[in-house]
Amino acid sequence: MSFSDKACVTGIGETIYMRGSIKTAFELQLESSLKAIADAGITPKEIDGVIPIGIVGGTADDFIDNFGIPDLRFSALIPHGGASPAMALQAAASAIAAGVCKHVLITFGRNVTAAFNKAGARIHNMPQFHFVTEFEYPMGAIAPAQLYAPMARRHMELYGTTIEHFGEVAVACREHALLNGNAVMKKPITLEDHRNSRMIADPFRLLDCSLESDGGAAIVVSAAPQAADLRHKRVFISGAAAGHPDSPGSITQRPDMTSLGIAKAAPRAFAMSGFTHTDIQVAEIYDCFTYAVIRQLEDMGFCEKGEGGPFVEGGRLRLGGALPTNTHGGLLSQAHVWGLNHIVELVRQLRGDAGRAQVVNAKVGLVTGYGDQGDGALAIMRGE
Amino acid sequence: MDKILKPKVEHSEMSRPFWEAAAKGRLTLQCCGECGKKRHYPQLLCSHCYSDNVEWKEASGHGDIHSWTVAHHAFHPGFAADLPYTLVTIDLDEGVRALGLWRSDVAPRIGLPVHGQFETRDDGIDLVFRPFSK
Repeated sequence: MSFSDKACVTGIGETIYMRGSIKTAFELQLESSLKAIADAGITPKEIDGVIPIGIVGGTADDFIDNFGIPDLRFSALIPHGGASPAMALQAAASAIAAGVCKHVLITFGRNVTAAFNKAGARIHNMPQFHFVTEFEYPMGAIAPAQLYAPMARRHMELYGTTIEHFGEVAVACREHALLNGNAVMKKPITLEDHRNSRMIADPFRLLDCSLESDGGAAIVVSAAPQAADLRHKRVFISGAAAGHPDSPGSITQRPDMTSLGIAKAAPRAFAMSGFTHTDIQVAEIYDCFTYAVIRQLEDMGFCEKGEGGPFVEGGRLRLGGALPTNTHGGLLSQAHVWGLNHIVELVRQLRGDAGRAQVVNAKVGLVTGYGDQGDGALAIMRGE
Repeated sequence: MDKILKPKVEHSEMSRPFWEAAAKGRLTLQCCGECGKKRHYPQLLCSHCYSDNVEWKEASGHGDIHSWTVAHHAFHPGFAADLPYTLVTIDLDEGVRALGLWRSDVAPRIGLPVHGQFETRDDGIDLVFRPFSK
């Protein structure tokens, strides 16, 4: 049994994305959740499944309490960082297809303004980073930028990927962020701005790195028959899959440092969906770093391994290009909410509600997640 | 003002032998007590035969560069005075990898032969690598 097309995203919600929010992660999560539930056209009490993303917001029990949910039938916690939202689509669709529940809330909030929550301080308390914490952190390999940089460096050395290729990704995301009113970054950038931005962890410059921002985002995934009666045109989850790289807990020890978990997941998701790469009209690709987009394009089979750099040249990822990508600005230029904003944006595109960033006639699109040290997931969705 | 210390982490019981050897300047690796497969970083089971029987064996410290990064931003105040510093990922001759600090003016490149050793500081111990002519 496949869950293909048995579940739909029916509701989307986002807070304002900003820096310096005075709200807690859970407050931001509740705000976006209520918006998503209202967008679906159901009441909070109708939610019968919840997947809170991350561990800094509310628990499943907190949602029962705050929404007065009478009968929560399904909950899950997915411990894979930024891959968790896309993995949650797989979990929600599986549970719905099996008849376990009808309306699953997937929700995330974060406030990284607090000093204890900065990038360099965060990951060392997470169990999945214990190798890094014990063997790498004390020597100065602290933040994700430093952990991922050797992957990017090796890719550059082996395949000739360049700074300009990274810049193409950064510029495309920024151009798209300027088209919506809810992006943290508000000024255009050029390839030259990218190249001249301050070096953080060579080869990553400041404009290769995703934002630190506060906000919440949520979606409701509903059973397809119930979804037919709700407010919006249905957006079907046609295929979804998760995958993990070898040595998921340590990039240092990974046999092939230039391969991610999504390489294993992509063939499964495409096969389930019945779509091929040429059917994908819009892509929302997890962009913790510019390089991660290039790498995932290769791992998903949009181009050969090593060809991701040339693939993104010439504006291919920009609106009007062959594969418009991160039409909301992504983590690089809209906000970092672990990629739930990527799912929200794909749903907007497939409903035809993406405003100035709308890809004309978008019917089929793809969203990915990338978590921790290379866990991956993707979902292929179609509009009605 | 007191010197800002680098992060200190508690070592797990499982990896305690690694750090005890490191304090004596020896780089050691877990070796499966049943099938002999080497592994790093330390973990409970051999992923080949599932045995939890472990022997610690000394590594040569020899290897070559797999990749690297140069830190230009201090994500922890204890590293601000060290900027820029280079971290190298090393393919050890024993078939596992190690991360270490680069102690050379030679630009790193993939495949460059290196030799590593431990360097102690007030607040910890670092694995450092230098070019090595075979």
